[in-house]
Amino acid sequence: MAHVTAPPPARRTGTDVLLSVRGLRAGFPTDDGVVQAVDGVSFDVARGEVLAIVGESGSGKSVTAMSVLGLQPTLEVTEGEIVWKGEDLLTAGEERRRAVRGKEIAMIFQDPLTALNPVHTVGRQIAEMAHIHEGLGRRPALERAVEMLDLVGIPEPRKRAAMYPHEFSGGMRQRAMIAMAITCRPDLLIADEPTTALDVTVQAQVLEVLVGIKDEIDSAIILITHDLGVVAGLADRVMVMYAGRPVEKGTTAEIFYETRHPYTLGLLASLPRLDDVGDEALVPIVGSPPSLIRKPSGCAFHPRCRFARVPGSCESDDPTLRLVAGDAHLAACHYAEELATVTVESLRSGVDVAGEGELADLQVPATVYRPGAEPEADAVVADVAVTEAVAHPGVVERAEPGAPGRWPVDEPAGEPAADGEVTP
Amino acid sequence: MTSYIIRRLLLIIPTVFFALSFLFFIFFALPGDPASLIAGGADRVVDQGVVERINERYGLDDPLLVQFKDYWARTLQWDLGESYLDRRSVNDILGEKAVNSVRLGLWAIIIEVVVGISVGVLSALRRYSLGDRFTTIVTAAASAVPPFVLGFLLQYLFAVQPHKQGWPEWAQLHTSGLGPDTWTFFFVPTGDQWRYLVLPAVTLACVSTALAARMTRGSMLEVLRADYMRTALAKGLSERQVVVRHGLRNAMLPVVTLIGIDFGTVIGAAVLTETTFSWPGLGSEIADSVGSRDLPVLLGLTLAVVLAFALINLVVDVSYAFFDPRIRLGKGEPA
Amino acid sequence: MTIVDPGAAAAAVSVGDAPSSEELGEARPLRADVWRRFRRNRLAMLGLGFLVLLVLAAVFAPLVTPYGIKERSAEFRAGPSADHWFGTDAVGRDVYSRVVFGARVSLRIGIVATALSVVIGVVVGAAAGFFGGWADTLISRLVDVFLAIPYVVLAVAIATVLGRSENTVILVLGFTGWMAMSRIVRASFLSLRNLEYVEAARALGFSRRRIMFRHILPNAVQPVIVYATIAVGTAILTEAALSYLNVGPQDPTPAWGLMVSQGKGLLSNAPHMLFFPGGAIVLTVLAFVFVGDGLRDALDPKLK
Repeated sequence: MAHVTAPPPARRTGTDVLLSVRGLRAGFPTDDGVVQAVDGVSFDVARGEVLAIVGESGSGKSVTAMSVLGLQPTLEVTEGEIVWKGEDLLTAGEERRRAVRGKEIAMIFQDPLTALNPVHTVGRQIAEMAHIHEGLGRRPALERAVEMLDLVGIPEPRKRAAMYPHEFSGGMRQRAMIAMAITCRPDLLIADEPTTALDVTVQAQVLEVLVGIKDEIDSAIILITHDLGVVAGLADRVMVMYAGRPVEKGTTAEIFYETRHPYTLGLLASLPRLDDVGDEALVPIVGSPPSLIRKPSGCAFHPRCRFARVPGSCESDDPTLRLVAGDAHLAACHYAEELATVTVESLRSGVDVAGEGELADLQVPATVYRPGAEPEADAVVADVAVTEAVAHPGVVERAEPGAPGRWPVDEPAGEPAADGEVTP
Repeated sequence: MTSYIIRRLLLIIPTVFFALSFLFFIFFALPGDPASLIAGGADRVVDQGVVERINERYGLDDPLLVQFKDYWARTLQWDLGESYLDRRSVNDILGEKAVNSVRLGLWAIIIEVVVGISVGVLSALRRYSLGDRFTTIVTAAASAVPPFVLGFLLQYLFAVQPHKQGWPEWAQLHTSGLGPDTWTFFFVPTGDQWRYLVLPAVTLACVSTALAARMTRGSMLEVLRADYMRTALAKGLSERQVVVRHGLRNAMLPVVTLIGIDFGTVIGAAVLTETTFSWPGLGSEIADSVGSRDLPVLLGLTLAVVLAFALINLVVDVSYAFFDPRIRLGKGEPA
Repeated sequence: MTIVDPGAAAAAVSVGDAPSSEELGEARPLRADVWRRFRRNRLAMLGLGFLVLLVLAAVFAPLVTPYGIKERSAEFRAGPSADHWFGTDAVGRDVYSRVVFGARVSLRIGIVATALSVVIGVVVGAAAGFFGGWADTLISRLVDVFLAIPYVVLAVAIATVLGRSENTVILVLGFTGWMAMSRIVRASFLSLRNLEYVEAARALGFSRRRIMFRHILPNAVQPVIVYATIAVGTAILTEAALSYLNVGPQDPTPAWGLMVSQGKGLLSNAPHMLFFPGGAIVLTVLAFVFVGDGLRDALDPKLK
């Protein structure tokens, strides 16, 4: 697993913008109101660049990516544009969008076990890509699949192509998923938590494959993750999202070493450092992400922010994303400039022992948190919550990114680091 | 794959053995001895002389275990005994009636699979549409209609009324009997035959079709939410292609199992349907033998039905393995 | 952290050692909430309304019927009229009165038989699911044997031997209807027995019996209630089938299935003899199915 160590390679300032998302607002209509999953997101991706979108579950990072490809039928995009090579995909016809999917923009999903079809061979599923977009026949398409499996480092690719997903190990499956995504040499790869569902030991291998592939086919990557450790080794630029909005944007170095948003600081401080043998305390971000139907007033992060001034501007005014340093380092915090003096280290040394006391004082909600749940619905899950609390003392929120598959897993999936879960 | 079939085959042997033995003891060991049943049934006064003669003739005075041994010895040689009524061999009755039942059942299953699955898939794809709501209600209703009530309703609407109103002859369906018994390819009716076949086939299919439609709808809805469907969409397939290439086969897995399990219901419904339409199959023969307390016929035909049921479940299991590579390769159990 | 008695959360209300479905039905908290969701389901409410009417009609049958079930008039097979709303049957009895009294037969058989199969099914399924191992294997094999005999055929066979009466039908339905129930309970147990709160109870040294009845069974209640509701409908359907095949209650008893079978050859002359009792079967079964479906959706909103 990559650690927070060296700054990434010098940013490739490509001017050749492939994808430009402008003012995107999208939500899921529900009985209780619209879940505003994406609330004003803008970013560019240039050819060959790696952009990381970071945040907890519910921050809108996955929905942003899904809306680029239009993969969420229930999602309603209300505002903004998604410009792909100069053409707005939102107004383009379904025909055109379909041509883009897979061929120009391909996607790598989080859980390769459920993302691959259990009743078709891996080879066939990869071959299908070449068949749709390049009109290859059965044989040549299968040949291509074998070639791709070889490219992502799967031994005996010909034999493997004839096997089914359940016969692959977790890491192998994700390699196959990558092989499928790169079959048509897309210009952009969107990788949604590509390593989260994997065993820790194979995460690094899969990331290596991803980096290698990027150089091989020279595509841009949007890497969606909650794990800043993954970001450090791979990304050129980072966008941190919270409650459907970007809260900080900048180069990877800026995000890691000149952090200007309390949420980003919180993410960094809660990250274990394997290279650091000292016994520094990890600093959790307390509480859980806000409801996306009724967001907190002012800054959406203020109820969880250790620097929030309440009463004050944090509670009343919604901060805008503004330039805070350098030529492209943006943050949405009223006190971004003051944060220049705060580092992860100072944050950690500042709390250490006090951390536990602080946690104990917290009003941890006794019910399972469900975005969009009405108060009365909470009552329904109350008994579940109590038993869960007995079972997992201290676990406040249990986000389940891929629910357990319907078929047995043939290797330990490891404790899936639940998206954004903050455990003491 | 072969070892899987053999394993399943070995598993049904004890099941069938115990099921048939159970039936034997119900008939021959429970209070109310068979002879008096034959002579008049449990509810009637019995002439002792008649009982003795029957006991003697059918060896019913032997100890039960001896009878049981004899029963299995005969059964294993596929000798199902003979009718108490007219001494006809049960094997003959079985051979004569089974064909008709198989034809009727085959059509019922064709209707179930074709109509049930396509209605279920369409309903799932157009969830919450008017058609879907309508289907939900109709399938619920269909499972509540006993075959004999539906049978009479259909007879009234498509045979009695057309006859009274003097509709053209081809539009008048028949209410009872096998008809001219003309078929090609074993099961395709020719000539006038279809006018005898269509009502009982639809009646027999009704409950299972409704069940298959409900099951397919549920299973398809689940599949539509699956991650691999999103993957397929992300590949650039059209929604239609996604459903056809990636959805259908996965959605069929639970439905295949259902059709197998549900075959027991079909058999039950066949007894009622054949009786209602006087279709000369195993079902109506079973009902007749109940009426006349003809135990060897009842037991023999039941035995055949249990065996057929077990074999069909085996076939279903094997075809399930064909649909699902996870089973075929001997990993895991059906989800 | 202090250890909360897991039982407090798991079993909100204590449950007797020999639970019946009604008793268990009371054991769920938040009844008001379930009722609120149930009420929103129009079909389920329609079904419930019909069942309430049916039960009232059955209870007060003598008050709402103009004739007795054996009372004959001079009109045979007469169609519906002001005197005889549903017409008369082949021996001149009032079909309407017989259909109303028939509700008593159907409800009694349906409910008692279902109660019987629930008790058998819960006990067998709980034993299989809780003890696991050889007990589970044995019971599963036993269920397989029973399931190998098509349901109607099995019921017909038993009814033939035991003779024709209402009690026989109840016994037959009770002893053939428990298999599906035992599978449901077993599945609930298997999924629940390894959950943390059950393990916690085990670690605290609670007896197996206590764990089974206080901690696991209440959680298996929901599917049982739902299934039992639908099973009453199924039992009524099967009872009608047995009556139709002449292995159910005997003639003066106004069993709906029997009434249909009595009208068998008279479809073109006296269709009312078939359609009124037939319609009663369909509506009643349908009502139970709708109420059962509504209950399931109300109890487990996640499924919807």
